Amino acid sequence: MPGPAIELCGVALRGPVLNGSGTFDAIAARRTFGDQVLERFPFDAFVSKTITLAPRQGNPPPRLWETASGLINSIGLPNKGLEGFLAADLPELAALPVPLVVSVMGFSHDELAELVARVGERDEVAMIELNVSCPNVETGLVMGADPAETARAVERTRPLTDKPLIVKLTPNASEPQAVAAAAETAGADAVSLINTLKGMALHPRTRAAWLGGGSGGVSGPAVRAIALEQVYTVARAVEIAVIGMGGIQTGRHAADFLAAGAAAVAVGTESFRDPAAGRRVADELAVILASERGLSEAQNTPAGTRGQA
Amino acid sequence: MRTLAPFGRRLARVAAVERVGRYALLWAEDADGPADPRPGQFYMLAAEAHWGAGADERPWLPRAFSFCRVEGGRIGFILEDVGPGTHRLAQLAAGDGLWLTGPLGIGFAPPDAGRPLLVGGGIGVAPIVCWCDELGSDARVLLGFRSAGHAEAASLFRGEVALATDDGSVGRRAYVTELLREELDADPAATVYACGPPPMLEAVRALCAERGARAQLAMESGMACGFGACFGCVVPTRNGYVRLCVDGPVVDAGELETALVPGSGH
Repeated sequence: MPGPAIELCGVALRGPVLNGSGTFDAIAARRTFGDQVLERFPFDAFVSKTITLAPRQGNPPPRLWETASGLINSIGLPNKGLEGFLAADLPELAALPVPLVVSVMGFSHDELAELVARVGERDEVAMIELNVSCPNVETGLVMGADPAETARAVERTRPLTDKPLIVKLTPNASEPQAVAAAAETAGADAVSLINTLKGMALHPRTRAAWLGGGSGGVSGPAVRAIALEQVYTVARAVEIAVIGMGGIQTGRHAADFLAAGAAAVAVGTESFRDPAAGRRVADELAVILASERGLSEAQNTPAGTRGQA
Repeated sequence: MRTLAPFGRRLARVAAVERVGRYALLWAEDADGPADPRPGQFYMLAAEAHWGAGADERPWLPRAFSFCRVEGGRIGFILEDVGPGTHRLAQLAAGDGLWLTGPLGIGFAPPDAGRPLLVGGGIGVAPIVCWCDELGSDARVLLGFRSAGHAEAASLFRGEVALATDDGSVGRRAYVTELLREELDADPAATVYACGPPPMLEAVRALCAERGARAQLAMESGMACGFGACFGCVVPTRNGYVRLCVDGPVVDAGELETALVPGSGH
């Protein structure tokens, strides 16, 4: 069952299910599964892995720890850097059958500005997501943890592109709704949340930090209740679109996030359990929404006509 | 050497579970999967039921296994009950549902020249079994196990194998790398294929580097997805980190400074 088609920040999407940045590598998936990935593409828009100005190797392994109903990761944003992305990855991502959202992260406002300007001038890119879950090396503040810092990042980048800007909120902020409101005032077109929650695991024997990066980010159904609350709260604090994610595994979960105020949802860690999970969630969601729509239409029918063909 | 996988996980049925010494050999009816996965490729496995509901609410992610053999539409995996995932899989019985994604990754490449020398350690014999089937009588097989109970897995091989055990209960009391050293003494031009625990792979890598022998190692690292999405399974190589799930699990030993992967075998 297709759809329902939506418009997100003025971009037409065939449905409301995206991927969380960094949870699906469409290029690697094509190497593994071939063109079926294009024919049955699991998402209605594709969000790239976060790119940075300079190439990054990422964190030393181990990078993963399976926790109760979830995963802790400490990947460290490995990527080819802006130039490598534009030259090698963008042409391949442009071949996907859905609009492309490019996620960028800068370690200073200058870096962020260059990323947004360079990515924004490419026709292949429909939207830009600002990953602000990193420290600004100039201030030491995590951009996304502080409303004023987030506002400055958006104010700096907003004039550089006409493309919609999505701010990816971190749940590791005392008031995500204040950060969201600051992003909106500064000109963001949407916010997406949640990013991962900080977490850690210890080596079963040595009790030293297990992850090579020390601590990591928790995702999966373990965080879903927290994500739902943050989406609900943020959606009531802003007018702009909210993209909700965090532990979504089924169409029912996705419907909950939409009911909480999200305009679209994203599937993340569940894709690790099933590469095609996004499509299944979208199909289940479409059935639920169609049935609820049918129900609501029936309820709105004048009493005297109910039951008539 | 890669066979493409159907996109998405698929539900297979457990056809049979055979006991092979200390291991379980799990056979699945995989009607929707390709009949020709390449030796060294792997699958992500999860039980249909009670996956995510065990002690500590694990296992939750699927687990990676090299396939051992494809036979009559069935695909076989060797298991040892060592953690929450393998414990649950080891409980499966004929008729139970098994989620499969695969085949994934890159398998062994045929030798350019020289006789193939196949080295398997413990549960790492899995990809060596099907690779030996394919290479035929030209291949020489060297196996190492902890004990006689584990060494029963040698019965999976159709031809002659050389055996070593840590306790000498069957075969020679030695590490399998000692057998490899002797083989390389006799045939320095051989191409080595190995799968086993990281310390064994590192010993194989170091020995082959010392002798200038070509070697392909089927490695293991903790994985979440198996298809390149999570970037969690990287191993360090001379060219930086590579994802074992899409650029491995078979890695040219010459690319490695060490085959010891941080975090593996905890």
